[in-house]
Amino acid sequence: MATLWYWIVAVMLAAYVVLDGFDLGVGVLLPFVARTEEERQHCIRAIGPVWDGNEVWLLAGGGTLFFAFPQVYASSFSGFYLPLIIVLWLLVLRGISVELRMHFDDSLWRSFFDGVMTLASSLLAIFFGAALANVLRGVPLGPDHSFFLPLWTNWRTGSNPGILDWYTVIGGVIALLALALHGALYLMLKCEGDLQRRARVVAGRLWPTVALVTFLAIPATAWARPDSLQNYYGHPAAFLAPVVVVVSLGMMLAAIRKGAELRAFLSSCVYLVAMLCGAAVGLYPVLLPSTNPLGESLTIANSIVGPHSRSVGLAWWLFGISLAIVYFGVVYWMFRGKVSRYAGTYGH
Amino acid sequence: MDALTMHRLQFAFTITFHYLFPQLTMGLSLLIVILKTMALRTNNERYNDAARFWAKIFAVNFLLGVVTGIPMEFQFGTDWSQFSRLAGGIIGQPLAMEGVFSFFLESAFLGMFLFGEKRLSRWAHWGAAFLVFLGSWMSGFFIIVTDAWMQHPVAYQRMADGTYQVSSFWGLMMNPWAWLQYAHNECGAVVTGAFVMSAVGALYVLRDQNSAQGRIFLRLGVIAGVIASIVQIFPTGDLHGKYLARNQPVAIAAMEGLFRSTKGAPIVLIGQPNMEQQTIDNPIAVNKVLSFLIYGTTVAEVNGLDAYPKDLWPTTLPLLFYAYHIMAGLGTYFVLVMVVAAFLLWRGKLFAARWVLWPLLLSFPLPYIANIAGWMTAEIGRQPWLVYNLIRTADGYSKQVNAGTTLFTLLGFMGMYAVLSILWILLVYRIIEAGPGAPTEHAAGRA
Ligand code: HDD
Ligand code: HEM
Ligand code: HEM
Repeated sequence: MATLWYWIVAVMLAAYVVLDGFDLGVGVLLPFVARTEEERQHCIRAIGPVWDGNEVWLLAGGGTLFFAFPQVYASSFSGFYLPLIIVLWLLVLRGISVELRMHFDDSLWRSFFDGVMTLASSLLAIFFGAALANVLRGVPLGPDHSFFLPLWTNWRTGSNPGILDWYTVIGGVIALLALALHGALYLMLKCEGDLQRRARVVAGRLWPTVALVTFLAIPATAWARPDSLQNYYGHPAAFLAPVVVVVSLGMMLAAIRKGAELRAFLSSCVYLVAMLCGAAVGLYPVLLPSTNPLGESLTIANSIVGPHSRSVGLAWWLFGISLAIVYFGVVYWMFRGKVSRYAGTYGH
Repeated sequence: MDALTMHRLQFAFTITFHYLFPQLTMGLSLLIVILKTMALRTNNERYNDAARFWAKIFAVNFLLGVVTGIPMEFQFGTDWSQFSRLAGGIIGQPLAMEGVFSFFLESAFLGMFLFGEKRLSRWAHWGAAFLVFLGSWMSGFFIIVTDAWMQHPVAYQRMADGTYQVSSFWGLMMNPWAWLQYAHNECGAVVTGAFVMSAVGALYVLRDQNSAQGRIFLRLGVIAGVIASIVQIFPTGDLHGKYLARNQPVAIAAMEGLFRSTKGAPIVLIGQPNMEQQTIDNPIAVNKVLSFLIYGTTVAEVNGLDAYPKDLWPTTLPLLFYAYHIMAGLGTYFVLVMVVAAFLLWRGKLFAARWVLWPLLLSFPLPYIANIAGWMTAEIGRQPWLVYNLIRTADGYSKQVNAGTTLFTLLGFMGMYAVLSILWILLVYRIIEAGPGAPTEHAAGRA
């Protein structure tokens, strides 16, 4: 049952990355794909009805992490204090910029909000990637399971790393590029005309960079934390994850070339999920590895919530998530199709 | 200042700011459902116009509630990691449930409510409004269950490793403190919603602009306001106080400024706690009332602060005293204003009674103050405990995050929230100036 909670948390966070990932990607790409005010409005409308719900996956996933593994929540959020608070500020800025630009019928205000949105979305993508890389690399946990990391030390992974080192920077770059690509594919799916054409060109240009950093990431992870390969050798089935990564990258390229919008976007979803799965498999059963020989890693066994909560939690979680999936179905169905088609009927 | 104080200040500041928004959205969501119901029953399009107007104000406040709520969810980990480690097994539960049950619900149906009116049938649109209301009230419930467990821990079990775990899920959800607190708090949210609605109504009527809509706002605002203001004091506030007196006797003695145990204890209406002499300076007091309020008889003995060791006294006693008196004082004022307004409404004279419309117009900030003061009473009264009688505040904060770092992030929050406040006031002001019946804006990027 404890293992089940590990995967529940992983799935919720993966859902966040796939869903809010395209909102962030659209934010990153806004200045590159949209040239006119109308095009910018289309981009925002493409994510407008869904971004808030997508973001809830982060809250619900974070809440579920707190619920199921309080020790991990406590150690990591206080240890990554400063970057985490910065992420919170960026989430505030992103939310404000998406929603408020339409309230101001003035080009100066709108440019301001667009700039804020691009900046906040890009930094969020980088921070999320770096955060995951930090977890993969491990942190110097003390005997009481706590740690505190400075933003940077000597940029090396070693036993006294900073939040940013060469490895976590790679993580940030991957996330930025992969989410930008994800956003471009989403725009291809939701938009028409010039905007769609430009999104496709951008996607075509981003693809090789994403492929390159993906292939770089695998040896880098093995180098930064050799243990992460153990599960793979122990359970060769785990190699499915990297295989799916490669296959989905290939399918994405083919679909971009052909202009098969839906297939391209779905391949990108699969790619993101497979990347995260690969990471989760490499970590399992650890949630926060320790680089410090004195402190033991936080594992499923030593951080799981008590038995009563575990089983009651499963009942309400299954019920609640089924409802949430229904809501998402309804919302995405209501706002299906190209943006320009429903733009007229909503909000005017 | 030491790290503990900085963490407390940061948490207090961010949550107080957050609570400016949910109190209005929870109150308004109920009033909007009532407006939508009236529209269905009377077929009068005016009620739909009114609902649409308040939906715009709701949307802005909701957005601010969302963006300021997200930091709250994570600050248990950033600022109170020791507390999360010890009690996460318990408070993680309602917090996770809030995400899974209410936030998904609200975020999904708010978009539909705001932008789906043309596509949905009238009943389905009513349903969307109702689900938004349900989501926001459920969200309040789970948060209150969390807070109530800190005020009055129940259904827990201490494990060998020192952590607290839930021993009964229903015990946690049915914590009597939570239900009392929830009733009082939601009622307070309706007070805020009702006063804001009446104030806008009064503005329109006094200016003789959109006055047909203004009358609808006044009618609903005053009726909801008079009910909520009364229920706020009796029975919910009264019961809450009695329960508090049984379970946190030090807190109530401090709130009332009762330094010495007294038979037939008086209630102090106004005064200034003097910590050096341990008395209340310049008191205006009514004899025997406190004993009566708590125990139902005028002769009962009420324990004063002197009955407890000093290290159990709330740490910022004068602030607690004032917060409580501000809440209760304003509560009395709300009943007065609303009863007068409701009487005139009933006699059909309200819309011409400028001497009542003016106070209604000017009073809208007061419920915000009362609600914040109420929370300060609850939170400061709980000190020095983070979880009453179990975990001290001084043992709960993130020890590895130093005071300097926390001051940095606190200043950052202050700066950012200052900007948010300006945008918020500007936007709400523009919606009110444009008035109901103004074309729906491109409103929010949602569609
Ligand atoms: C419009 C807002 C409002 C008004 C007019 C009142 N209250 Fe209140 N009160 C709240 C809003 C509030 C609140 C914000 O909802 C609190 C804070 C925590 C909570 O659960 O409810 C609260 C808490 C609270 C507590 C608990 C404090 C604690 O837990 O330590 C008591 C005993 C009262 N109230 C009593 C009263 C009385 C006797 C009132 C009338 C004279 C009154 N309140 C008016
Ligand atoms: C679920 C709801 C809430 C929880 C779980 C909660 C929890 C906490 C915690 C952990 C602290 C820090 C410890 C302390 O100093 O007391 C705190 C302090 C505080 N909270 Fe709350 N709080 C909640 C709601 C609120 C609300 C809605 C407000 C105000 C609008 C509020 C106002 C304060 C204040 C003013 C303090 C500082 C008290 C002091 O430093 O003495 N709280 N609360
Ligand atoms: C520490 C305490 C708190 C936490 C962790 C918290 C967390 C949050 C979060 C994450 C959101 C955004 C939800 C979304 O994305 O839809 C939110 C909004 C909301 N919160 Fe809080 N909150 C706290 C205190 C409170 C209190 C005390 C209340 C009321 C009793 C409250 C009521 C609401 C409501 C009704 C919303 C919906 C948005 C709105 O109406 O503005 N919250 N909260």
